[in-house]
Amino acid sequence: MAQAPSGNADNTTAEAFLQGGSLRHAPGPYFGNYGGRWMPESLIAALDELEETFNKAKDDPDFRAQIADLNKNYSGRPSLLTEAKRFSQHAGGVRVFLKREDLNHTGSHKINNVLGQALLAKRMGKTRIIAETGAGQHGVASATAAALMGLECVVYMGAEDCRRQALNVARMELLGAKVIPVTSGSQTLKDAINDALRDWVANVSTTHYLLGTAAGAHPFPAMVRYFHEVIGEEARAQILEQEGRLPDAVCACIGGGSNAIGIFHGFLDDPSVKIYGFEAGGDGVETGRHAATITLGKPGVLHGARSYLMQDDDGQTIESHSISAGLDYPGVGPEHSYLADIGRVSYEPITDGEAMDAFRLLCRTEGIIPAIESSHALAGAIKVGQRMAAEDPASAGGKIIIVNLSGRGDKDVATAAEWFDLLDKNSAESEIGKEGEQL
Amino acid sequence: MSSADIASQAGTTSKSAAAIDRARSQGRSALIGYLPAGYPSVPETIAAGIALAENGADLIEIGIPYSDPVMDGQVIQTATTEALAKGFHVSQVFDVVAGITSKTDAAVLVMTYWNPVVRMGVDEFSRRLAEAGGAGLITPDLIPDEAAEWMAASDKYGLDRVFLVAPSSTPERMQRTVDASRGFVYAVSIMGVTGARTSVSSAAKDVVAAAHGAGAERVCVGLGVSTADQVREIAAYAEGVIVGTALVAALRDGGVDAVGALTKDLSTGLARESGLAQEAGA
Repeated sequence: MAQAPSGNADNTTAEAFLQGGSLRHAPGPYFGNYGGRWMPESLIAALDELEETFNKAKDDPDFRAQIADLNKNYSGRPSLLTEAKRFSQHAGGVRVFLKREDLNHTGSHKINNVLGQALLAKRMGKTRIIAETGAGQHGVASATAAALMGLECVVYMGAEDCRRQALNVARMELLGAKVIPVTSGSQTLKDAINDALRDWVANVSTTHYLLGTAAGAHPFPAMVRYFHEVIGEEARAQILEQEGRLPDAVCACIGGGSNAIGIFHGFLDDPSVKIYGFEAGGDGVETGRHAATITLGKPGVLHGARSYLMQDDDGQTIESHSISAGLDYPGVGPEHSYLADIGRVSYEPITDGEAMDAFRLLCRTEGIIPAIESSHALAGAIKVGQRMAAEDPASAGGKIIIVNLSGRGDKDVATAAEWFDLLDKNSAESEIGKEGEQL
Repeated sequence: MSSADIASQAGTTSKSAAAIDRARSQGRSALIGYLPAGYPSVPETIAAGIALAENGADLIEIGIPYSDPVMDGQVIQTATTEALAKGFHVSQVFDVVAGITSKTDAAVLVMTYWNPVVRMGVDEFSRRLAEAGGAGLITPDLIPDEAAEWMAASDKYGLDRVFLVAPSSTPERMQRTVDASRGFVYAVSIMGVTGARTSVSSAAKDVVAAAHGAGAERVCVGLGVSTADQVREIAAYAEGVIVGTALVAALRDGGVDAVGALTKDLSTGLARESGLAQEAGA
């Protein structure tokens, strides 16, 4: 383990950045005062093994070639960078480009991380992977990687989510995974992580815990970011090639923060690029029913890392609320907490209503159905674009915003149909939509 | 007692070590019983704690109910979830500790996941625990690597810091954890979470031997221990035996009286064969 966090790390690093230092490739375990390993001793040896395996792998040309091959020939990378011309008219006339992670195999950025970690599991000689999932996206991606690489796969999923997302449960089972409904605690994503950790403690000799986001104990935040850095690298090269210059802003949605850290990483050292993370504001941050962890949370430790956390005065985790299952998590990756504190990234909440308006807008202006998660980034881009136009109307048409379109919205059609009241009241889909909307 | 008085005693005494040594002087291992605070109510936790002490427990471990107890199995999860649902607040753990220490000679430790301590403030939590007569903390998700603040506060207030060692701990980590611990070292008997099991893993004996080898004078074994026979097996090689889930189940099914009866039964397994007490190196 590296040095313990120091009290003034934030300021010194912020100064270093301003003076030309780098924020890229932060190795962990600490990001300023965040990160670390707040974990049972029983799991420390496994975390050490994972860290060592990961560090060796990323310096191994064979491993990098394997990842590059899978990205190209299995996931379908590089994903496109598409200019959203009609959508842009609603964002103050600023030009909006979409990084199309929705076009990846399995329909989101999640595939980048699961392929990398599954390869590491094989390198460690592990035969079994476990994963947590909320609505099922990471579970489906994990089951996909396990099927591809011949690994046993067990997915923990809140019992209520299993009921609401029965088709995703079926998808995972079609792919050969076993789905275990979680009935402990609040029966949500955080409890699925708790049960996965309990499984890992008991089976760590054969099992790799394939965590789905850039949170958790070291080395997970730095490692998950590494596998998603390809998003930002591609986006930066693509905008330079297409437009000959860097964007003015980059926008992404934040749950645990894996798609965001992946695209942000490409631009962290470009001071002219403003970076925005959009958290789930749920019913509105003033209602208490939200998942705006950085906006309203306080630092604490959960699931292995020190980071911003939605918690009460006793340090008990507060349940989060969002129409988007993928953002419905009361914690956030530690590198985001750090980037928030030093002011490199601005984090703002987007309500369910704002996200759904942006969802419909993208459908109707671009013919692209986005994930509701990604719709938070779209709604944020609209605000950022309108602010740019308000500040300097004459130059708005020359500004560029890149939005990470982290996933496609096919999984969200029932929720959206219910939200927009598109279903016959007596249809079976109407029932599914009602259940989905309770997310 | 004021904080200054407590601080002046820092480093001079360990309540947990004294309780274990007292048992050792009687030719037996120490019995450590776990109860979750506020289950089924704060007064009943205090009553059950007193019953533990009166029936043979030398140390008592009071757990703080927490929203995300990753090291706990079903029985303890259910109990702590119920305590939280009934409105338990973290500061009530000090009432439980004071309630038991005022009526018994048992050393009373608090077992807690780390975030509730962080939220209150490590120094503030430690001060209040010491004022309540608590012996120290058992920290299942805090490793010495992350414990700088707790090391300072536990020294300041004279509290024991009980870290866990596991079958998976490397020799380096074993040494580091033993060196950081005060009072005793908590040896996790198996790779898993809390819960009664039919047999004690052979790994437990190896973990204890490794901890002794790293210089630990007092090693107590927990996870999965529920019967007097299992207590007897562990008492042959460890300075203390920790029972949790079985006591919580007894409290759930038979109330305070059942806790007392089970404690009495468990304590029959504590006697150490002659010679072993010396071998451990007092």
